[in-house]
Amino acid sequence: MSKPNKRKITSHYIKTELLGKSLVTFFGIFLIILTISLVFFIASQGLSTFILDKQSPLKFLFSSKWDPLRDLSKGGPAIGALVFIFGSISVSSLALLISTPFSVAISVFMSEISPKFGKKILQPVIEIFVGIPSVVYGWIGLTLLVPFISKLTLTIPFIDKDINTTGKSLLTGGLVLSIMIFPTIASISYDALKALPKDFKEASFALGATRWQTIRKVLIPAALPGMLTGVVLGLARAFGEALAVQMVIGNNILFPKSIFDRANTMTSVITMEMGNAVSGTLEANALWSLAFLLLLISFLFIVIIHKIGAKGSFIK
Amino acid sequence: MKRKTCFKNASLLTVLAILLSLALSACGSSDGESISLSGSSALLPLADNAAKEYMAKNSGSKISVQAGGSGQGLTQVYQGAVNIGNSDVYAEEKLKPEEAKELNDHTVCVVGIAAVVNPNVKVDNVTSQQLIDIFTGKITNWKEVGGDDMKIVLINRPSNSGTRATFKKYALNNAEEAEGTALKEDQSGTVKQTVSQTEGSISYLAFSYLDDKTKALKLNGVEPTGENVANGSYPVWAYEHMYTKGEPTGLTKSFIDYVLSDEVQTNIVPKLKFIPIKDMKVKR
Repeated sequence: MSKPNKRKITSHYIKTELLGKSLVTFFGIFLIILTISLVFFIASQGLSTFILDKQSPLKFLFSSKWDPLRDLSKGGPAIGALVFIFGSISVSSLALLISTPFSVAISVFMSEISPKFGKKILQPVIEIFVGIPSVVYGWIGLTLLVPFISKLTLTIPFIDKDINTTGKSLLTGGLVLSIMIFPTIASISYDALKALPKDFKEASFALGATRWQTIRKVLIPAALPGMLTGVVLGLARAFGEALAVQMVIGNNILFPKSIFDRANTMTSVITMEMGNAVSGTLEANALWSLAFLLLLISFLFIVIIHKIGAKGSFIK
Repeated sequence: MKRKTCFKNASLLTVLAILLSLALSACGSSDGESISLSGSSALLPLADNAAKEYMAKNSGSKISVQAGGSGQGLTQVYQGAVNIGNSDVYAEEKLKPEEAKELNDHTVCVVGIAAVVNPNVKVDNVTSQQLIDIFTGKITNWKEVGGDDMKIVLINRPSNSGTRATFKKYALNNAEEAEGTALKEDQSGTVKQTVSQTEGSISYLAFSYLDDKTKALKLNGVEPTGENVANGSYPVWAYEHMYTKGEPTGLTKSFIDYVLSDEVQTNIVPKLKFIPIKDMKVKR
């Protein structure tokens, strides 16, 4: 190819090069400014709980008493968020625990066991799962899963008579979330497996390994960093999901005693209370602090993903 | 060579500037008067319906209605972000006194709130004291108020909800609801769904959400109906407010006048199970 003549700024140059370049640069810069100002905004709102309202950050993180509207006569407002932090962590770990084995198995099935069926049927099915809005998951969870779990808890012979039998529980939230994050983990694991060089498999077969041995000893370890990226992305999604969880988890402000007990998450307390909170009050600021904490946690997840990605996909 | 890059950079900047100004000018308003409302989700159906009717009659005017909650409505109207802030509590209860003073209150209708239970609960009527004992956690089984042997499951709203504040004030005589043991739901729709499918559950809903999926309880023998609220025999109700900052003008004024007009008050308001302000024989 011959080098384009750049001596003169012709209309041709503007059409073919400058327009595209400036458009891309503009949107790039715009996005960076947007991100920075967003983080700055959330941080400034979230930190005002501690700076303007003089609440202790330690109490925020480690106390479990949440009552931002409490009268001064009863001890003043309390904004301990530990119940929500604990709830968020436990419900998303539960979701991962349920979802990861399924997702990895399906990705192996799609790439190694039955690639044709996988590509033709399973992949579109997984894509449909991604496209379902979270409120639909929540609604399905509320109308189908909640009554089912309720009946289930009634049949389990528990010693504890006070067991929650409403069907709204940590387990229900975890189940709904696990369905929501399964496509993320499955499709990224699938991509990781697909990206492996063919030599790995062929070399393993040449050494006399069976298909199962190849998958277990060679392919999965080699694709592990990619799969872990999928798991962390799934975790991040589970952590940030608000609506679907809020509809099925019960939202009471106590530590759950078991996975059959009700819980609350950081996201659901924000969505529940934000509408009626007046901005600038301690109540609204405390919700912003929760949002800021969520942001920090998602930053942490992103750092983890980058660290895993940087490791590369090679067998030790 | 150097001049060339210089010129190139300059033209790049120009294009950037043009793009930026285009992006900004896109945010400008079109002609014709337009106002926006936000706030109380309880009042949303009425505000929404009235706005649609108004726009159908007065082409050119544009009224956008958003929910968001009473707190947001009050904040946004005070900050000037919207023209009308809908609320089911008085501004004085949420805002600072000096802020509330700047807002003008227009009560547009009344909303009644009923205690609702799952249809399988055999109780039809509770006394005030029984209701207080149920919601404070003193009574935990339906047999204690004349029903079957069934555990009571409390379902309530977030502590800052307007519906909850009204229910607490007029049905529970300001008794503190039991925290922790109760399921908490944000949306009235979710409350309805949860009550309808949870055995032995009790909660509270605005009249506009009542249907045969849940059972509304009589309070001290009085049925929760619009007529009983209007004649003062059913006590659990609240005014629905439309707040403006200062005196309303222009489209804001004519829209509020329209909501208060006979047309809306006798047609749309009762249809959505709110109680027209002119029917009220009692005042608060």
